[in-house]
Amino acid sequence: MSDPLVIAGREFQSRLIIGTGKFKNYEENAAALEASGAEIVTVAIRRVNLDKPDAPLLMDSIDPKTTTYLPNTAGCYTGEDAVRTLRLARELGGWNLVKLEVLSNVHLYPDMAETLESLKLLVADGFDVMVYCTDDPVYCQKLEEAGACAIMPLAAPIGSGLGLLNPTNVRLVREAVSVPLIVDAGLGTASEAAAAMELGADGIIANTAIAGAKDPIRMARAFKHGVIAGREAFLAGRIERKQYAVASSPLTGMIE
Amino acid sequence: MHLIINGKDHDDLPDGLTVAGLIAHLELPERKIAVERNREVVPKSAYAETELANHDTLEIIHFIGGG
Repeated sequence: MSDPLVIAGREFQSRLIIGTGKFKNYEENAAALEASGAEIVTVAIRRVNLDKPDAPLLMDSIDPKTTTYLPNTAGCYTGEDAVRTLRLARELGGWNLVKLEVLSNVHLYPDMAETLESLKLLVADGFDVMVYCTDDPVYCQKLEEAGACAIMPLAAPIGSGLGLLNPTNVRLVREAVSVPLIVDAGLGTASEAAAAMELGADGIIANTAIAGAKDPIRMARAFKHGVIAGREAFLAGRIERKQYAVASSPLTGMIE
Repeated sequence: MHLIINGKDHDDLPDGLTVAGLIAHLELPERKIAVERNREVVPKSAYAETELANHDTLEIIHFIGGG
């Protein structure tokens, strides 16, 4: 049963995207990736440490030929910084699918005004941009209008593990945009991924929830199943909520 | 020659380096890095012919773990 996630014309079978930060090492990260079934990983761009030329490289543990690298703009506070960083990523990787995140100093919340301006610069420069954002349906719509190829509202503050704090907004964002909706940041465990998918999210990004678990590989597998379960439940269509009991077994034909 | 690489002064480099020459001198894995010279990305295809000038500012980056 094929139900691919399509982002900017690229097709993925898995609806789970995992991060590559905070793992004990890149080997553990690679093992978690395999357990998660994810086909996309988020990655950061940083200066090479010239004093440590032998340091392990992400690309040696996770092969960018078989896993789609999604370079992020973590640490960028302006559109100019984001464009500069992603141009380097594009030259390094040879692809143009990227994750835009322009954060503020207020609990790492996305700076939406700066995010929207950055998006416009990146779209004009030929990037396919997946945009990390707040769960404000109005801003999410503006991002789509400006050319975002995926809208990625937060579930809760980055790394908090608080879970899906505003399910109503995720539902409203779902109704407000037509490009893929990926719930990014703040999830803590697999059931929360399932809950987001049940609301109609097209995918999930998880990093800290997996990397920070006592057993990251097992949690990666749990997220895989959570995302699949949530997607299936969404497609199946849940029952209406009723205020009172409705018997499941027939009330007639009882023995006497 | 003198270059500023990743924010640090390097004043003991051989003269007349190209980007390709610098990468070789620093023993960096060419396929796993990208280079920006004076705020402009240097395409990989231009490493060999891009001659560096004294006091150029370079950024050399790679992918690392992130969320």
